[in-house]
Amino acid sequence: MDKRQMIGKRIAQEFKDGDYVNLGIGLPTLAVNYIPENVHVTFQSENGILGTGPSPAEGAEDKDMINAGGGFITALPHASFFDSALSFAIIRGGHVDATVLGALQVDGKGNLANWMIPGKMVPGMGGAMDLVTGARSVIVAMEHVDKYGNSKILKECTLPLTAKGKVTLIITDMAVLKVTAQGLVLQELAVGTTVEDVVKATEAELIIPDVIGTFGD
Amino acid sequence: MVKVISAAEAAAMIKPGSRLAIGGFLAVGAPEDILDAIVEQGTNDLHMIVIASDWENRGVGKLIQNRLVKSAQVSHLGTNRTIQAQMNAGEMDIELVPQGTLMERVRAFGAGLGGILTPTGIGTIVEEGKQIINHGGVDYILEPAIPSDFALVKAYKADKSGNLTFRKTARNSNPIMAMAGKITIVEAEHIVEIGELDPEEVITPGVFVDYLVQSKEVTNG
Repeated sequence: MDKRQMIGKRIAQEFKDGDYVNLGIGLPTLAVNYIPENVHVTFQSENGILGTGPSPAEGAEDKDMINAGGGFITALPHASFFDSALSFAIIRGGHVDATVLGALQVDGKGNLANWMIPGKMVPGMGGAMDLVTGARSVIVAMEHVDKYGNSKILKECTLPLTAKGKVTLIITDMAVLKVTAQGLVLQELAVGTTVEDVVKATEAELIIPDVIGTFGD
Repeated sequence: MVKVISAAEAAAMIKPGSRLAIGGFLAVGAPEDILDAIVEQGTNDLHMIVIASDWENRGVGKLIQNRLVKSAQVSHLGTNRTIQAQMNAGEMDIELVPQGTLMERVRAFGAGLGGILTPTGIGTIVEEGKQIINHGGVDYILEPAIPSDFALVKAYKADKSGNLTFRKTARNSNPIMAMAGKITIVEAEHIVEIGELDPEEVITPGVFVDYLVQSKEVTNG
């Protein structure tokens, strides 16, 4: 299985029936394809909709129907529309069960950096700071190392933070790491990955429990 | 009754240095005809309060492309390279504001509040230079209300007393911006007679609205 699809499939297992979920653009959206049939999840898009449906067929796009990434969407029968202040009241107020976002860096204390590289890339935080502050669980989904092979899971983030101590779970192509008060716990290994592989690819200290699950088969 | 004017008349009210709160999200729900008229009149030195800098040829991107904006309070620039280049060259003064905070600060001004307390940004560079207030054991940033001279809004239907409805995700920041303008100008796809909107469907009451502009874009259904 393609490693991005593998991450998407693993993200989907985090959702419970009845959850309200906000997915960041890119990798997190792959989770949509793997939600079990008996689990009903309502997706929010921060520009003002709960209950986003699949992309419309070509030619059936509506100019007034987009998600926060600018892509055309449809609305499911239980959808609702609202303004941006209400949308962020939902987010900041703790009414979203889970948000899934990408990261430039994440660290052992649950800090997240994903909105700027000083002097290089300053796209703005958009809704990310509110999402990470308000969602009940904050799942980081990303590749374990960057394109140069450097760990993205650090002892301490060096880039400007999106939020402090808010990440609850990290899902990568190598492992699932739970953020605890004691540090990062290696909860699951991707099939074909060893504890040593993960330790080597992770700058942060890892807590290695006796029993470690697997995913990606 | 709210006065119906042309997009050109709307743009003529806006002067160099005006503070504009503009509705829309990635140009969906942007008052395109009024923005075009501002570009045509070349009104510059504008301050822009907006969720995102949109696309180079759509939404507020058109103001940026024509170098009419000197400063902005905005949450996302990622879709517009021109604004990032103008910011990096020191030609535009930009305050990046988390989107939820931006909305509440604008809403606060419209609601007569001095500001809001939010946990968003605690422990990040957003809190730098700001007052932190601990309430109930939680740290909050004191974020001041954002005033504006004009709110430029896109609605779906407007009746002639200024009551507004919006269409799908084109609602986004429009009802919030509409509250916050000292003068609020609404570009509407349909301008209807009083009595044609059910009071139950009105999203923005006409009390916030000063002028209506008939949009060239008209969607049905």
